[in-house]
Amino acid sequence: MEILKEMINFTPLLLSFKLAFITTLILFIIATPLAWWLSRTTNKIKPILEAISALPIVLPPTVIGFYLLIAFSKNSPLGSFLYKNFNIELLFTFSGLIIASIFYSFPFMLQPLQSAFESLNKNMIEASFLCKKNSLQTLIFVALPNIKPSILSALVVTFAHTIGEFGVVLMVGGQLEETKVASIAIYEMVENLDYKNAHIYSAILVAFSFFTLLLVYFLKRKDGKN
Amino acid sequence: MVKIKIFKKLNSFNLDVNFTIKSGEFISIFGKSGSGKTTILRVIAGLESANAEIIVKDKIYQNKNIFLTPQKREIGFVFQNYALFENMSVLENLLFANKDIKLAKYLLKVCELEDKKNLKPKFLSGGQKQRTALARALITKPKLLLLDEPLSSLDSEIRNRLQDEIKALSKEFKTTTILVSHDLGEVYKLSDKILEIKEGKIINDFNIDNKIKNRIRAKIIKVYKDYAIALIGDELIKVKNKNYKIGDIIFLEAKSL
Repeated sequence: MEILKEMINFTPLLLSFKLAFITTLILFIIATPLAWWLSRTTNKIKPILEAISALPIVLPPTVIGFYLLIAFSKNSPLGSFLYKNFNIELLFTFSGLIIASIFYSFPFMLQPLQSAFESLNKNMIEASFLCKKNSLQTLIFVALPNIKPSILSALVVTFAHTIGEFGVVLMVGGQLEETKVASIAIYEMVENLDYKNAHIYSAILVAFSFFTLLLVYFLKRKDGKN
Repeated sequence: MVKIKIFKKLNSFNLDVNFTIKSGEFISIFGKSGSGKTTILRVIAGLESANAEIIVKDKIYQNKNIFLTPQKREIGFVFQNYALFENMSVLENLLFANKDIKLAKYLLKVCELEDKKNLKPKFLSGGQKQRTALARALITKPKLLLLDEPLSSLDSEIRNRLQDEIKALSKEFKTTTILVSHDLGEVYKLSDKILEIKEGKIINDFNIDNKIKNRIRAKIIKVYKDYAIALIGDELIKVKNKNYKIGDIIFLEAKSL
């Protein structure tokens, strides 16, 4: 193991996992209430929000990366506001990568949660309201515990999807040591004709992706049986 | 006293009903599927919007200016599909509605669910689920108990037993109750008053005399050697032939149905 550590620099891989973990956690906190609201609302704004949140699925990652690059730049209103008032720089930093990943992976957390909430027995939710519980209490004590397999599936897919991102992180993070995640490291290795390390990194990611998907399908099967 | 006035445009007709219920009274809304029965209950509970005036024991639940949310309406609701919280045990279902452990234990006892209290709903039979839903509705000590075809998916033996339990519990808790059903036998057996509804309008409104409480009017429409076919509402039942002729009106015991 020690020899392997000496041979290969695992920092980009660990950085990828760290980024995926933080992104998944933040997305779960943001997407859960939004998915809950979208599953229950008949507001006219619903299809607009659904379309915006699904954009990262169809847009080339470089497009998202390009707009975030512009937005995070010190020349943009947002970038200059954050830098002048809070001394925060998002471009080519790990914090910037987290925010970019949140945009990029957003639909992968939102959609499974929303569809799980929509498939719940509506009378069960109404029964909770008639038990004098408000929407937040109903979400925490009734809705979320009844969609556990979907939550696990959303967490796993979001995590794996964040690990696999390339275009957005390349544009927002560049190839600096602080922002060099696994997918960028592989690109760099191939550029430098370092196929051996590229093989090792790629094999690790293939194995990780396979077991992630295996877990998702296993959970789906278990959910179907229940 | 409960006063209810509802107007709501539905797909193929307008729901337009106006009725009052005395405190502690058990009334049934009877009619075919799709006649607007369930919508009435849902509007009363605040689960569906409508142009309505709903007053329960001098408290305005809804009028032109006021709309109390379901949380503020003090209503117990038993859904047709029971709508139990699948992630909670029977006891937890009750305690989620009201943390009164003493009352929960009492309701579990009268509903014969004591030995099932730690089971999740998926391990219960249809009758046990129905009793859990009824106990959960009653533990909140509702001013108004709404029962939406609560027994329709159960077999006749269990249905008969649960009808007796529902009646006994509503009397014990002195709850004003509205039952929605398309089963005439059930309606006659349980109710003090019946509202017959067709395409959103009340077409018949009558009190049930205690003498005829357990009797149901039926019309003979076909006679065979040993038996005859009688029509009750829109349901056909087989009865023993006692020299009936087609068109005869007979009275049947509700319990025999």
